[in-house]
Amino acid sequence: MPREVREVVFVDGVRTPFGKAGGMYAETRADDLVIRCMRELLKRNPNLPPERVEEVAIAATTQIGDQGLTLGRTAALLSGLPKTTPGYSVDRMCAGAMTAVTNVAGGIAMGAYDIAIAGGVEHMGRHPMGEGVDPNPRILAEKLVDPSALVMGSTAENLHDRLPHITKERADAYGLNSQIKTAKAYADGKIQPDLVPVAIRSAELGWGLATVDEAPRQTSLEKLATLKTPFRPHGRVTAGNAAGLNDGATAAILADEATARELGLPVAMRLVSYAFVGVEPEIMGYGPIPSTEKALKKAGLTIDDIGLFELNEAFAVQVLAFLDHYGIADDDPRVNPWGGAIAIGHPLASSAIRLMTQLARQFAERPDVRYGINAMCIGIGMGGTTIWENPYWEGAAK
Amino acid sequence: MIENPNEVVTKAIVRLVAVPGLDKPAALITLDNGFDYKKPNSFGPGGLKSLDEAITTATAAEPAFIAITGKPYIFCVGADITGMPLINSREQAVALGELGHRVFARLRSSTIPTFAFVNGAAMGGGLEVALHCHYRTVSTGAAALALPEVAIGLIPGWGGSQILPNLIGIVNAATVILQNPLTQKQLRPKQAKEMGVADALFEAADFLEDSLAWAAGVVKGDVTVERPEVERKDWDGVLEFVKAMLDEKLHGAVPAANKAVELLALAKTASFEDGTAAETEALADLILGDESRASLYSFDLVQRRAKRPVGVPDKSLARKVTKVGIIGAGLMASQLALLFLRRLQVPVVLTDLDQERVDKGVGYVHAEIDKLVAKRRMDEGTAAKLRQLVSGSVDKSVFADADFVIEAVFENLDLKKQIWAEFEKIVKPEAILATNTSSLSITEMAADLEHPERLVGFHFFNPVAVLPLLEIIRGEKTDDATLATAFEVGKTLKKSSVLVKDAPAFVVNRLLTRVTSEIFQAVDAGTPLDVVNVAMDPLGLPMRPIALLQLVGPAVAYHVGETLHAAFPDRYVDSPNLKRIVDSKLPVMVDKEINPEVVALLQVGDAPLTADEVRQKALDGLAEEIRIMLDEGVVAEAQDIDLCMILGAGYPFHLGGVTPYLDRSGTAEKVTGKRFLADGVANVRS
Repeated sequence: MPREVREVVFVDGVRTPFGKAGGMYAETRADDLVIRCMRELLKRNPNLPPERVEEVAIAATTQIGDQGLTLGRTAALLSGLPKTTPGYSVDRMCAGAMTAVTNVAGGIAMGAYDIAIAGGVEHMGRHPMGEGVDPNPRILAEKLVDPSALVMGSTAENLHDRLPHITKERADAYGLNSQIKTAKAYADGKIQPDLVPVAIRSAELGWGLATVDEAPRQTSLEKLATLKTPFRPHGRVTAGNAAGLNDGATAAILADEATARELGLPVAMRLVSYAFVGVEPEIMGYGPIPSTEKALKKAGLTIDDIGLFELNEAFAVQVLAFLDHYGIADDDPRVNPWGGAIAIGHPLASSAIRLMTQLARQFAERPDVRYGINAMCIGIGMGGTTIWENPYWEGAAK
Repeated sequence: MIENPNEVVTKAIVRLVAVPGLDKPAALITLDNGFDYKKPNSFGPGGLKSLDEAITTATAAEPAFIAITGKPYIFCVGADITGMPLINSREQAVALGELGHRVFARLRSSTIPTFAFVNGAAMGGGLEVALHCHYRTVSTGAAALALPEVAIGLIPGWGGSQILPNLIGIVNAATVILQNPLTQKQLRPKQAKEMGVADALFEAADFLEDSLAWAAGVVKGDVTVERPEVERKDWDGVLEFVKAMLDEKLHGAVPAANKAVELLALAKTASFEDGTAAETEALADLILGDESRASLYSFDLVQRRAKRPVGVPDKSLARKVTKVGIIGAGLMASQLALLFLRRLQVPVVLTDLDQERVDKGVGYVHAEIDKLVAKRRMDEGTAAKLRQLVSGSVDKSVFADADFVIEAVFENLDLKKQIWAEFEKIVKPEAILATNTSSLSITEMAADLEHPERLVGFHFFNPVAVLPLLEIIRGEKTDDATLATAFEVGKTLKKSSVLVKDAPAFVVNRLLTRVTSEIFQAVDAGTPLDVVNVAMDPLGLPMRPIALLQLVGPAVAYHVGETLHAAFPDRYVDSPNLKRIVDSKLPVMVDKEINPEVVALLQVGDAPLTADEVRQKALDGLAEEIRIMLDEGVVAEAQDIDLCMILGAGYPFHLGGVTPYLDRSGTAEKVTGKRFLADGVANVRS
């Protein structure tokens, strides 16, 4: 059977405002958060007939309770998609949504379907990290990995050990800058278009509406210097230079480019390549470097071709390791121009689509940029990278 | 000041909410009594006070708009009726009306735009508070939207009768305020939108988000709310028509209905202040009227006592029912098969004398299932399951593994005894044997059984699918496990079961037949049929006696009458004229009129009674019979008699079934020397 190459495009993405675990979403179900995103995507894209959505992939790290029950399928049903739309759940920890996107991209490129919804949710208040885990005793007995590999904050401390030039002061400065950039982006109205207001109920306060992220805060280097280092006495990783524990959901429409154009759907980004690579679990924060190397290689690009970076900020140290590797300055304007997870929050499996949605909006503002990337570190020692092409790139016409 | 010490207070919680697109926050008021949907929000004095304070707080914040919504699934189901019986003075009754009016009016007269986001059930005062808001949205998931007051002897007394007709027109308002309550109907959300009760309809999944965004649009002027002009031309004509319909059905027996018509008439021209003042007066009259008290008593019986039958053995004794056998395949048996099949969803097997009858019975069930699917009242998956579960056989051995066997064969004691003797050899020793007899003695029927303790009376009312009553009859030897199983099965069938002692014709038929007996005694004495036919009109019963006779069938009525005559010859006559009607096989009604051919059959005396005399004799008879039944312990309490009459005979709420009416009319005291219910239970304390 002759096969054409099908281009996969990112049509549109949305997210809920991210909450702090135990905060505004304390009495809101996890599945309702992602369902809300899916329904909003359908409303924002009236040209997309619901029955044309042929696959739904939803990521969650802790697939228990309201994040269980093959969430991709149940969320599809509860979103009002036709019963004929299938769905499944995805888990690759922090890169869950990235994997959901690359999975359905693979399906679209293959020609298995034309349009899919990918999404992610993590309600870390209802499902704390590590809920119900049962690590195989061989991990310890056979010393396969250091026990610290299972505690993400400890892996960040380990990364500081291996890269002593990345000091706590540098990490704090990076964290502060993330807060400042996010505050400015909010003031400039850059973040709001991505957000889906969510009705939130509290038995005590009554109904409310979540419209902004709960985590961003005003701080200073002085204040950051006083924070505790919960993962190691006299360590370097603090709540100020790491993402917090958050609740939130994201979703995006992915499509075959020809189908998107035929239906009159927006084409916000074109997928160029992606890669996931494993590293030593003890220094999982190093992961984005080899995954980016691989993705660049697959695309035939170098880091110099990349005009915008939307990197996940699980920990400042892992972003700084990445930037150092590529010789990029800590405050390079191409990197996370609207701040990152240290300010906005990191509801594990949902985060990648936030990075993609923001990259897509920046593409629309920056026709001078041709390529952008998303990269993130992943628990148990992995990195994930997606490289996207800007359809608004002014060079395209030439 | 009015108060209810037992009020479950529905709190009104104010929260300032930032809504995208607005410079100022909105004030969102959540009504929440702190319980889940099973205990819905309601307005008692405490709840109204909380709402009053919430409106003050909300207004003081100078928000972009004020909106009210409910807790999950429930907006608010109206005034807290548990407080009604506590009201014994006109001052209190007026104060209750005025309190609601005063608080709700603040939403109507607010200079800040007000919205109701009706997220769930909104009834009575709950819907009225929404009507006072400037704009309303309704969720596709809102289960019950209604102004049901007239059904419980009241009127929409917190503005509903004045605002609604001026919002949606007199025809629709009469539907919502009169027709729906009197026919136990409610509005569906889509209907509410179409009628104009709500300005916008949003899907349940993101109802609040969409409502807030819509409200912001209204406030900003991006959304224009279109409401059609209310037609005032035919106002009086419509109400005249409505009044005529009500009189024909109720004969003036429901004062609330008449008051509602008067208030709707007033709403055409009266100022809001005058209209609501009239509402307060009308509400006070009704609250202090026996009809509303009897209605609230009835409501409580149906809502609570019906769900917790008195004197029933513990349900832990109940046996599991995994297969049902039905003896007989006639119409009644087929209806029972369908009911057991739908509710129990276990194998149901029918048997009869020959294959043709069996096939007809199973065919009936299949056809009914097809009809339900066609009407979208059953999905195809359930239909396929049920079709697989029903079967018929002339070979009685298929009953061997049935846990519950019910017979619906001809009413003949010897026949039934013979059938049970035959089936007892086939079924398991612990299988329950149930008889749908309407008048035969369970004890006698069980007399020759090897295991008489497992026979129980299971008396349905026709039409089986519609009437909710199930009389469960304990024979002398019926054991607790059998009874407990019968009640559990009754509950699964979604029937309201009442425990009845083995006595002739049980409860409903015994009392209805007593009325028939009194009526035919009057006929035999020379009272014309058209006089006896209207004699009971002032009670507002669902059917006149002759129409009821037609529905039951003169032969069936006569058969039950014979049984009762044999048991109680002093009180139940064997009317020669009823016998003549039965023998003639003529229909008693033709084209809604009494059949003149039937009238011509009668051979009567020369001592006719007036309609009033007939009615009093019938009521005296009822009072006497009920007293005897209570003394004999046929049921536990008068409440059970009333529950049976409401659910099995359709006796109306405003009579309280029947004993509250017999009490308040003085009949009980006159005939039996005392009341059935204590003063104040179902009437205004004297």
